[in-house]
Amino acid sequence: MSKHRIVLEPGSSDRRYWQDLWTYRGLFGFLAWRDILVRYKQTAIGVLWSIIRPLLTLGVMAFLGWLFESSVPGDTPRLLLVGAATLPWTFFSTAFSESANSLIANSNLLTKVYFPRLIVPASTVIVCLIDFLISFAILAVLMAVYRHAPGIEILALPLFLLLALVTALGSGLLIAALNVRYRDFRYIVPFIVQFGLYVSPVAFSSADIFGSARIPEALKLLYAMNPMVGVIDGFRWCLLGSSVQLYLPGFAISVGISLLLLAAGIRYFRRTERGFADVI
Amino acid sequence: MAAPIITVERLSKHYRLRTEAGPRYTALRDVIAERAKGLFSRRRPRATMEEFKALDEVSFTVEAGDRVGIIGRNGAGKSTLLKVLSRITEPTKGRVTIDGRVASLLEVGTGFHPELTGRENIFLNGAILGMSRAEIAARFDEIIAFAEVERFLDTPVKRYSSGMYVRLAFAVAAHLEPEILIVDEVLAVGDAAFQRKCLGKMESVAGEGRTVLFVSHQMDAVQRLCNKGLLLHQGRLAANGPMQEVIKHYLQRNAAAEAEFHFTAPPDGPAAHATSAVIEDGSGHPAPEVPIGAPWRVRVRFTVNRPLEGFVIALGVSTLLDLPIRTTWSKACALEPGRYEALFTSDGIHLTDGQYKLIIGLSEQGRTLHYLPGPATLSISDVSDLAGDSRIVNNRSGLLLNQMETAIQRIS
Repeated sequence: MSKHRIVLEPGSSDRRYWQDLWTYRGLFGFLAWRDILVRYKQTAIGVLWSIIRPLLTLGVMAFLGWLFESSVPGDTPRLLLVGAATLPWTFFSTAFSESANSLIANSNLLTKVYFPRLIVPASTVIVCLIDFLISFAILAVLMAVYRHAPGIEILALPLFLLLALVTALGSGLLIAALNVRYRDFRYIVPFIVQFGLYVSPVAFSSADIFGSARIPEALKLLYAMNPMVGVIDGFRWCLLGSSVQLYLPGFAISVGISLLLLAAGIRYFRRTERGFADVI
Repeated sequence: MAAPIITVERLSKHYRLRTEAGPRYTALRDVIAERAKGLFSRRRPRATMEEFKALDEVSFTVEAGDRVGIIGRNGAGKSTLLKVLSRITEPTKGRVTIDGRVASLLEVGTGFHPELTGRENIFLNGAILGMSRAEIAARFDEIIAFAEVERFLDTPVKRYSSGMYVRLAFAVAAHLEPEILIVDEVLAVGDAAFQRKCLGKMESVAGEGRTVLFVSHQMDAVQRLCNKGLLLHQGRLAANGPMQEVIKHYLQRNAAAEAEFHFTAPPDGPAAHATSAVIEDGSGHPAPEVPIGAPWRVRVRFTVNRPLEGFVIALGVSTLLDLPIRTTWSKACALEPGRYEALFTSDGIHLTDGQYKLIIGLSEQGRTLHYLPGPATLSISDVSDLAGDSRIVNNRSGLLLNQMETAIQRIS
C-alpha cells in the first residue's frame, strides 16, 4: 500500500517530481499525438500543408538573400544554404511559440487534473520536432536534386538539433510559466520570433557578420549571444560541409546561453508550477 | 481496521484576493506599477491583498472502502478540498497523507477535444485520467457499451449531441480502477435515466471496496451512495459522521425559519423578475412557521419591464431532497410594465411537518423569464394541535396528510 503513498504539504511535491514525470510518460505521448491528429482536421489538403509551408518559407528566404546579395561560400547553391538555416529556425520559432502558449491553451487540463505540468510544453516541442523531420526530408530531396552530398560532418547534426531543442524548450518553459500569470507574454512571443529572424543568419550567413569590417566587435559579440546563431551555423556546417566556416568562440557562447536558458526555464517553471491552477 | 487511507490534518488553503476592482488577470504593468509605488511610499503592495480562507484547519480521516459525501453550500470549500486532494493545487498549511492511487473526476470530459473522434477521445481522456493505453484498450468495449455511442465512434465529438458527449465522458471515467475515486458534482448533467445509470455505476464501484469521495448538491444522490458524510461551512468542517446525520445537520443549518425572502434582480435583465416572496398564514400575517393543517398563502411580488403577452407565474413545492410535490400555474394573461403581486393560496392539501422548498418561475409564451429554484423555504410545524383539519389523524403517515374517501360495505 505504501507504494502509492502521497504526502501533500506546502512545498512538498518536489521529491517525487522526476519519478512522476516518468509515470506520466503515457500522457506525454498522448498529448503530442492529439496535437498531431488535430492539426490538419477539416482541411482540404491536410498533411500537404506540412510540405507547402516550409517550401514557401524557403523560397522567400532564398529570394531575400539573392536580393540583398548576401555571400554564398564556394559553389553551394543558395537554396541549400538558406534551407539549412530555415530548417532549424522554423523548428525553433514554432516550438518556442507553441510551448510558450501551451499552458494557456491547456488551462482546462491544468485546473482539473494532476500531472507534472512540464509535460505540456515538452509535448508541444515534440510535435514541432515531427514537423522538422518532414522539412528535413524536403531538404534531403533538394540536396539530391542539386547533387550535393553531405560530408562526414553530418554525423554531428543530431547534436545541433539537440541544441536547438534545448534552446526552444528552455525559452518556451520560461515564457510558458510567465504567461500563466502575466498574459503580456502572449504579445511578446510573436515579437521575439519576428525579431529573432532578423538577427539570426537565415537569409544571410554568419560569415557576412563576423567578416565585416564595418560592424563593431561589441555588436558581433551581441550577435553571437543569440543561441540560434550557433545552431544555424552548426546546421550549415553539417549539411554543406567545410565550405562553411564554424566560428568557434561565437559557437561556444551560443551553447552557453542555450544551457543557461534551459536551466533558468526549468527552475522558474518548477518554482511557479504548483500555483498554476490557482492563477491561470 | 487498518490505518486510514486518507488522513487530512489541519488543512488550510488561502487565496489572495485583490480588494480593489481590477483586471481579472495580473498584467505585468500592474506589478511594475505596484513595485514603483512601493519605491516611493513605504506601503507594501501586499496591503491591497485580502486573504480568503477557502479551507480553514480542516481535519478528518477516511477509511478504506468508505463512501464519503461532501456537502455544503456554494463556496463552502468543497471543490477546493477536492482540488487539494487531487493534487491540482497545493495546500497553504497542513498535511494530507493518501495511501493509494487516486483518480479524480472534477469535470465530465476533461481534455475532450471537439475535433477528435469518439474513439480517439476515449484514449486521450483515459490517458489524462491516468490510465495506460493497455488499460484503456482492455476496457474499450465496456466503455462504448456503457456510453451507447457505438454508431458514432468515428465521428468527431463536436458533432455529438450534448447527451452523447456526457455519456461518453462519464463512461471513460467510470471505468477507471483506482483505489480512491474523487468525484465532483458530475451527475448534474445528463438526463434522469443516465443519472440513474451513473449512480448505479458508482454504487458498484463503491461495492467493490474502493474508496469514493463524492461532492454533490443532490441530497438524494449523496444519501443513496455514501455512508459517511462531511459538512463544510465557510471553509471549516461543520459536521463529520454518518451520512444521514450530516445531511440532517446541513438541512437544519440551511433552512432557518423565515417568512420573507427577497431576491436580487438577475444580471441579464429579463422582461420580468420576482423581487420577493412572503409566506403568510390564513389571515395575511407573515408566518415563519405554519402549523400542520392550517391554511397558508405565498405572496410573490414581481416587476414587469415591458409589455408581456401570455404571462404565467408558477409556484412549485418540493422537499428539501428535491422531490417535487406539486406545481401551480396562473392563467396566462397580458401585463403592462409595472410592479405586481401574485397570491397563491393553499387549498385543502395538507403537507406533513417539515421544511419545503418553494420554487418560483415567471414565463412568457412558455419561455422562462426568471426561474428561482428554491429561493424560499416553507416550514410546517407540528407544534399545533391538529385542529387545522379534523381529518388529519397522523402526521407520520406520509408527505400528504389528506385522507381519501374510504367506503366499506358488506358484500356477502
